[in-house]
Amino acid sequence: MTGTGSVPNVLQARGLTKHYGHVVAMDGCDFDLRPGEILAVIGDNGAGKSTLIKSLTGAVVPDSGTLSLDGEQVQFRSPLDARRAGIETVYQELGVAPALDISQNLYLGREQRRKGLLGTVFRQLDKRAMRHGSAQHMADLGIRIQSIGQKAETLSGGQRQAVAVARVAAWATRVVVMDEPTAALGVRETNQVLDLIVRVRERGLPVVLISHNMPNVFQVADRVHIHRLGRRIALVDPRSTSMEEAVALMTGARSPEPADTPDPLPAPSTGPAATPSTKGTQ
Amino acid sequence: MTRDVDAAALEAPPGKGRDLRALASHQIAGPLAALVIAVVVFTLSTSTFFQSENLALIAQQSVVVGTLALGQTLIVLTSGIDLANGAIMVLGSVVIGKMAVHGDPVTAALVGLVVCVAVGAINGALVSFLKLPPFIVTLGVMSVVAAGARLYTSSQSYPITSSFLTCLNDGPTVGGVTITYGVMLWVGLTAVLGYALSQTSWGVRVYAVGDNQRAAELAGIKVTRILLSVYVVAAVIYVFAAWQALGRTPTADPSGYANANLDSITAVVIGGTSLFGGRGGVTGTLIGALIVTVLQNGLTQAGIDSLYQQVATGVLVVVAVGVDHLVRRRQPR
Repeated sequence: MTGTGSVPNVLQARGLTKHYGHVVAMDGCDFDLRPGEILAVIGDNGAGKSTLIKSLTGAVVPDSGTLSLDGEQVQFRSPLDARRAGIETVYQELGVAPALDISQNLYLGREQRRKGLLGTVFRQLDKRAMRHGSAQHMADLGIRIQSIGQKAETLSGGQRQAVAVARVAAWATRVVVMDEPTAALGVRETNQVLDLIVRVRERGLPVVLISHNMPNVFQVADRVHIHRLGRRIALVDPRSTSMEEAVALMTGARSPEPADTPDPLPAPSTGPAATPSTKGTQ
Repeated sequence: MTRDVDAAALEAPPGKGRDLRALASHQIAGPLAALVIAVVVFTLSTSTFFQSENLALIAQQSVVVGTLALGQTLIVLTSGIDLANGAIMVLGSVVIGKMAVHGDPVTAALVGLVVCVAVGAINGALVSFLKLPPFIVTLGVMSVVAAGARLYTSSQSYPITSSFLTCLNDGPTVGGVTITYGVMLWVGLTAVLGYALSQTSWGVRVYAVGDNQRAAELAGIKVTRILLSVYVVAAVIYVFAAWQALGRTPTADPSGYANANLDSITAVVIGGTSLFGGRGGVTGTLIGALIVTVLQNGLTQAGIDSLYQQVATGVLVVVAVGVDHLVRRRQPR
């Protein structure tokens, strides 16, 4: 079963659960990401957002539930599995190595070697090609930096996060996940990173944006996944739902109604919130 | 590093100050300046310092600690430290020395290699798989290995008679000055490691692991594998240091080189490699090792008490660490 009928969801989860001893971190959680959208995931502290995100990126293996990528069922046993499947993640403040330059950071773990004997026998890196590739890519994303050979430590926090986003956008083929990418940034830098997120979407990559910052979320998101008590309780359109309503849903001040999830989801008759075991119909 | 102007000129304002900044941030500028100053001062103040035989002697006196320091550099770049390197080298040299008494020297050298690499692999496994702090791991291993070398030899030293084992102290004489194979090996190892660190993906990953281990992990780098490889490669270098030591003093002495570990750290730090990892390199370490020997040699030539050599080295270490601290603090966090 696909989310919207004609176009399958890029990433879809049904009935994910995860227990840590007696603690239920995920309780029948659903997740839908459409092609080319920015989907914000919001939720109070301890709602289980990070467990959900970790199971989408392979850092956590759910106890049960299904995950599918472009309509095909997948299982991620490690972050490497998710990365191989084309899902890349940006983290709050850990993405770059300060003493390496921008080009080295962009290609870290995926360095290019030179062609011919220099590459095969002497394992020599093709620094020139990597710098050209990096410069091209940064320009495509509209990221302004002085020089591609600059060390990451000479960049501002916003620029560094831009490098981390650029890195992820360069290698992701399916999905970009951003876990609180602006939490450590000032207002101006936050806006630069938000612009960048929009440009990543414009290049056709769907983005999952986890954020605490409601104005940010409502500024860029196409849809908002509201997480509470280990599951999605609503999936709302930020143009028709106010920030106050979203916060009320998130904190439990207001109970979700079926109308809060307006999309043609394979929703059970009782509404998505009331049934923990919303098994997909695939 | 070559400057690729075309690719780099993305939104670059007129390149004002860029070359200066590149120079200042270049790791070996400081150590090189210190070396040049020391050489100039001793040349002007003594008549014997700047003579070709003396300069060749300085190079020869640097090779053992200098070679050890190359391995130390790799480990320090991953933000580790190796207190056991001197002990590993001594164990290697006594294994080689005792076996060569009745056996084939080449076989003895190979057995020494295997023993040293095994100890290096134990260090590496404890640091990488068990994630134990390198300081404590290598402190413990140093104690075990140093005692092991004495037990193995019953605290006895073995004279080295094989010309193969002492050949690193020989070499061609050019214009009355002997450039030993040991010095060539030292420079050659520096070149090979410098290449591996700056031109291969292994090198980039070594720096990344030392710089920001978490970021390296998130980038998909297998951090444990890199750490293990670094401790094993370092151990191979320590065997070369053992070979150098047998050339310098043709005796395998289990109680020799007791301070070599700290001396190698001194050379690494003076050479501009950061003890916090991720910054520095082997060229700086080669210069650092030379600086220590130049101070030692020059002060002796000038007739100054050798204790002042220790004072000067100590001051340099503190200065080097201070500079590193300033460089690292200036970056925006």
